Amino acid sequence: MNILVFVEIRDGRIKRSSLEALSEARRTAGKLGGRVAAALVGEGVRAHAEALGQHGAAQVYVTESPRLKYYAPEAYARAVVEAHKKWGAGAIFMAATSMGRDLAGGVGALLGTSAAADCTGVLVDGGRILARRPVYAGKAYATVAFRKAPAILSLRPNVFPIEEPGGAAAVEELAPAFEESDFRSAVRELTASVQGKVELTEASVIVSGGRGLKGPEHFVLRDELAAALGAAVGASRAVVDNGWRPHSEQVGQTGKTVSPNLYVALGISGAIQHLAGMRTSKVIVAVNKDPDAPIFKAATYGIVGDVFEVVPALTAQLKKVLGG
Amino acid sequence: MNLAVCFKRVPDTTAKIRIASGGKAIDPQGVEFAISPYDAIALEVALRLKEKSGAGEVVGVSMDPEGNDVAIRKALAIGVDRAVLVKGGATFDSHATAQVLAAVLKPRSFDVIFFGKQAIDDDAFQVPTMVAQLLGLPRVNVCTSVEIEGGRAKCRRQIEGGEESVELALPCVISVQKGVNGIHDNRFPTMKGIMAAKSKPVETVAAPAFEPTLELVSLELPPERPPGRIVGQGAAAVPELVRLLKEEAKVL
Repeated sequence: MNILVFVEIRDGRIKRSSLEALSEARRTAGKLGGRVAAALVGEGVRAHAEALGQHGAAQVYVTESPRLKYYAPEAYARAVVEAHKKWGAGAIFMAATSMGRDLAGGVGALLGTSAAADCTGVLVDGGRILARRPVYAGKAYATVAFRKAPAILSLRPNVFPIEEPGGAAAVEELAPAFEESDFRSAVRELTASVQGKVELTEASVIVSGGRGLKGPEHFVLRDELAAALGAAVGASRAVVDNGWRPHSEQVGQTGKTVSPNLYVALGISGAIQHLAGMRTSKVIVAVNKDPDAPIFKAATYGIVGDVFEVVPALTAQLKKVLGG
Repeated sequence: MNLAVCFKRVPDTTAKIRIASGGKAIDPQGVEFAISPYDAIALEVALRLKEKSGAGEVVGVSMDPEGNDVAIRKALAIGVDRAVLVKGGATFDSHATAQVLAAVLKPRSFDVIFFGKQAIDDDAFQVPTMVAQLLGLPRVNVCTSVEIEGGRAKCRRQIEGGEESVELALPCVISVQKGVNGIHDNRFPTMKGIMAAKSKPVETVAAPAFEPTLELVSLELPPERPPGRIVGQGAAAVPELVRLLKEEAKVL
């Protein structure tokens, strides 16, 4: 079975999570005796084709137009479907980013089938692909099979390892016959938030703060620790609902689901909604003054103590050890 | 302004999930159900838009395999004018669900069809997009702000490290993020609202035919995390924690 991977370009760079999806597609296609193609869509994206060959794409389809500079959901979906038909793909993979989750639904809508969203596992069983994905915010996992072809999967960032087998891809330009209606939902403008801020769902280290920090003015403790670790910052639902922190920082059900290498929870008790959103983190550190807090059941390492005493000491020690 | 809001009855965020025997569904015993939180926010967005425009109505549409009307009653109690309960349909199959909803929505005329960005049971993020496609409407998902003006919807949509601005001609489909237009939850129902809800019209329709696209092979609980340990008490435990992170877990 051949697989097509949509590769997302942001700020002139290939998204790391797209390379993860490409690598997983190559592993899966290998088991199914197929090859992998990549689809690049946008303006000035052709230059990335070579790197995709290095990461295992045998073929790269490029759809370029100034009108595709920003995400245009219907047009992007049409370009992916065009590449899918060219490649004869039995499956379409993409990273479960904001764009990828949206596009997976759009491609499914065009092809009359559902995508499996936010997959954390791709299995091959009797020549078909099964997708394993969290449901109920990770309180359970569903394994789904596709009744219609192609299988469409968006893959959760930070889960699948990247491989760089080397190689060169054949490049073909595609020019789908776009209609005016393909741009009816197009993005007009993109506003970047604070530069250099690490995005939660893509971060490999996250430091989150909860009610134990006692007030919005004390989140500087969290931020200093995060800076020492080069981490993204998160928050519990309680502090978001109190208006201490914006919703964009909320981790857990009704917030973001994350799986970094290291998750540090400061003054977070570990409500079921929070645990659902971060329990797949590889290593979890918890600092909480209540030894019975549920967070300690999920934590790899815990310190029982006052965040106001422990966190500055931890920041100082990390700076010393990491030479920061 | 005529607005539709599609919402789903799902296990509450505080629910502990257990798997029923057979391994293909959750055990509903002891589980509290509620309107999916993002859908509840969509309801509030629509109610405020209607109040601001001073005309039109908000119609709630909910598909429920069991035909349970608890979510519909709650929506009516907070101010939705009337509701359509779609009995039947698929579970955990976005395109099948979209087919059912699109068929129900098609003969009715709305300026905007609202959804929450995802239902918090199957977390699939696709039904709004697919309903839009099936109805031939523009759409925008995960909106953090929605403004309706002069026959157009001006929206901002959250992405990694930024926001996208999108402007759609009405009619259109919009799914919302928590915090959209400053809204984090729906309003509380008043006693008057609860009483009024009893006399509001609810149309019950059987789910139209749909084509299944996904098969649920199994549903399982996540693997237990390996047991962790308490490194120590207070700041004195910090050097040991950092050593473990560096030498044992190798994450520094």
